[in-house]
Amino acid sequence: MVAPGASLVPLVPQRRVARPWAMLAASVAVAAVLALPLVFLLIEAHGAGVANIGRLIFRPLTGTLLWNTVRLTVVVTACCAVIGIGAAYCVERTDLPGRRVWAVFVVVPLAIPDFVVSFGWASLSPWIQGFHGAVLVMTLAVYPLVYLPVVASLRGADPVQEEVSRALGVGRVRTFLRVTLGQARGAILGGCLLIALMILAEYGAFEILGFQTFTTEIFTEFTIGFSVPAACALSLVLVLLSVLVLGGETAARGQGRTMRAGPMARRMTRRHPLGRAKIPVLCGFALLTVLALGVPVGSCLYWMFARTSAALSGVSVASAAWHTACYSGAAAALSTLMALPLALLAVRHPGRARRLLERSTYLVLAAPGLVIALALSYFSERYADGIGYQSQALLIIAYAVLFFPLALTGVRASVTQAPVTFDEAARALGQRRLAVLRRVTLPIVIPGLAAAFCLVFLSGVTELTATLILIPTGVQTLATQFWAYQQNLSYGQAAPFALVIIAVAAVPSYVMGRWFDRLPKRSEKLS
Amino acid sequence: MTELCVKGLHKVFGSEPVLKGVDLTVPSGTLAAVLGPSGSGKTTLLRVIAGFERADQGTVTLDGRVVDDGRCYLPPEQRKIGYVPQEGSLFPHLTVAKNIGFGLPRNERRGRQVTELLDMIGMTGLGHRYPHQLSGGQQQRVALARALAVKPTLVLLDEPFSSLDASLRASVRADVRAVLREAGATALLVTHDQDEALSLAGEVAIMQSGQIGQCDTPQDLYTRPADPALAHFLGDANLIKGVLNGTSVRTFLGDLTLDHTADRGSGPVDVLTLIRPEQVRLRKCNGNGHAGKAGLTGRVVDHEYYGHDAVVRIRPDVTEDDLTLVARVMGAASYPAGASVGLSVEGPVMAWPVN
Repeated sequence: MVAPGASLVPLVPQRRVARPWAMLAASVAVAAVLALPLVFLLIEAHGAGVANIGRLIFRPLTGTLLWNTVRLTVVVTACCAVIGIGAAYCVERTDLPGRRVWAVFVVVPLAIPDFVVSFGWASLSPWIQGFHGAVLVMTLAVYPLVYLPVVASLRGADPVQEEVSRALGVGRVRTFLRVTLGQARGAILGGCLLIALMILAEYGAFEILGFQTFTTEIFTEFTIGFSVPAACALSLVLVLLSVLVLGGETAARGQGRTMRAGPMARRMTRRHPLGRAKIPVLCGFALLTVLALGVPVGSCLYWMFARTSAALSGVSVASAAWHTACYSGAAAALSTLMALPLALLAVRHPGRARRLLERSTYLVLAAPGLVIALALSYFSERYADGIGYQSQALLIIAYAVLFFPLALTGVRASVTQAPVTFDEAARALGQRRLAVLRRVTLPIVIPGLAAAFCLVFLSGVTELTATLILIPTGVQTLATQFWAYQQNLSYGQAAPFALVIIAVAAVPSYVMGRWFDRLPKRSEKLS
Repeated sequence: MTELCVKGLHKVFGSEPVLKGVDLTVPSGTLAAVLGPSGSGKTTLLRVIAGFERADQGTVTLDGRVVDDGRCYLPPEQRKIGYVPQEGSLFPHLTVAKNIGFGLPRNERRGRQVTELLDMIGMTGLGHRYPHQLSGGQQQRVALARALAVKPTLVLLDEPFSSLDASLRASVRADVRAVLREAGATALLVTHDQDEALSLAGEVAIMQSGQIGQCDTPQDLYTRPADPALAHFLGDANLIKGVLNGTSVRTFLGDLTLDHTADRGSGPVDVLTLIRPEQVRLRKCNGNGHAGKAGLTGRVVDHEYYGHDAVVRIRPDVTEDDLTLVARVMGAASYPAGASVGLSVEGPVMAWPVN
């Protein structure tokens, strides 16, 4: 029963590899790259002089910007929470007719960039502007960020807890508030965090609506006023706001724990009948779809066909689409690759220091795209003699850094699917390390890696702010070309670019939504 | 021919010694079990034998061939070992048939062997299913078939039944034993479940804090443990004081016969005597509280009824200490608390000198 020829195999001299040094080194390098923008920002601020920065921060303009930014963030986040939670509950827990169709319609607006939603509304009516316009547009553009995690959490949560609550004499509404929302608490907070960060970072939508926030002002200072110290001072405040949001979310999340006792049987409980509320709820979903999906898409179509004054160049659309795909694709590959060592380290070799390393990379969330772009471009100009400024490489690195948290989330989830025991089982069956990687680890991990890639790719396609600053001269992406036409009020020419962006982003995000939909079923019994 | 031989195995994690000189031999074609509480190092032992961990000192010999001697080591994929991990760890992206054929050369993966193994584990025709479509017991059986497909020298089972329901455990256990016997495989099972080890294995090694305390057949382990601690670890035990003189032990329960394998000592010595609950015989007393024979009596303290048998705790009427005897009685006889019973001990006993 001995392996044939086994006696010929030499004993492998023992190497004592206690720690995965290579992976550790790669992770530290990645974390360092991610920290660069914030470090640059601090160097810049230091160079401009503390007194100078102080003077630039403590002026009335900052107060106005602060008031505008904060009230918008609070109001939009609240609106999105209400819409997102309501829609998620109706789709997941009630007998809403046509749930599957609504589930798609509710999510698709996520694929429409904020600046396109803004363009769609503002180009139709001059009344859509300022604070109210910004609340309307941003709410419609980002509410799926609450809807998606809440739906997932409601699906994963144990419906028996709700039954227990009802049996304990707590009514339906109070059960919803105390148990259902309690279960989804982490998901709600996570979604709200993303929305708040997005509003802090948004530029295009507010520029179109003529609403002044930190980001629009920084952009103006940098590109029109050429005032680096002023842009830098305002950036510091913006980063501080983002850090506050992040810290607040962590603090709020830390108070509650989700607990699951034992392996849980996933079973369907009866959906709550909507009863007389059915018609109003249906109308609500229809209205939401028209406002979030119908108006932006319809408006783009209207401008494209109603105002064909200028000749449309199919070539420029194709060339812009090509550049968009190249930059986004390269960035997606780069950030997925960067996320791998950190995810592997965190999942396979857990330890406090390593977990801290992984968490530190989430600090990137606090740096809006504009700040990352400014920091990188400033640094290349000041310290690298302009080498790399407005180069393709710099743009791709900026994307990869900006969307790294997205990649890490996806990669980490997929690496978790392939625990070390699979490797061991395969090796005991006579497979060498490379064969194990090829036959076991990769097939399990690749769908998740692909999802992470798609996520970053989509974000790259819809990115405007950093692109405007870092785009190589003479090159246009879909977003920047759209922006150029839109700025010239050539709506008819801008519209096709917006539609291509939507088409490029909507199809994969729908596919990916379906994939994530199937994910829990696959791992159901494996856990 | 000896299939597995472990000698003086040491393993340290950080500064904590986990294995402190383990010696273990598993003869060809037998199923042995390593039984120990969690943290005793039994899983580490298994992982060193499989090659997932490397020995710090000592040797592991497989089929006469040193695979790890603390300096050089053979990687796991070249050891021809069948490894059945705790949760089965079936590859989730492969069907049952592909899981079973995983370790085979490419041209044999769809062959007759996979079908035969499916038949052997009683899952004929289920080869196209995915692991998540199987019950826990089925997953465990597929994991075993996957390990057996490569015709291993040795099958290692790491707590293979602990993730199963109690009701499933017995039947899967029987299945596994039948499959292993049919395959004629040498196997080593690691478990913390006494029933599992005693009922499955031909030989059981008890592992305590990084060392093998005793390695014997289940019967010998139970009736002739090496020391009082081992007696206590395995099953229920009554340990009472006595004086050993030649082949007889004098206790308050009377003069008991010493087991023929036990050390007789020289002259009278104070000993600790092991009396298993099955050895304690109870007789119902008549109304006036006296046993029929002029024997020892006691009062029932409590009574746990299990259907096939019952455990009765008795406070003997004459003892120096505050002592309770545990007795196991078969059948439907009922001993209500407070009842008076006659006591006697049956069969030879083990005894160890007290120092």
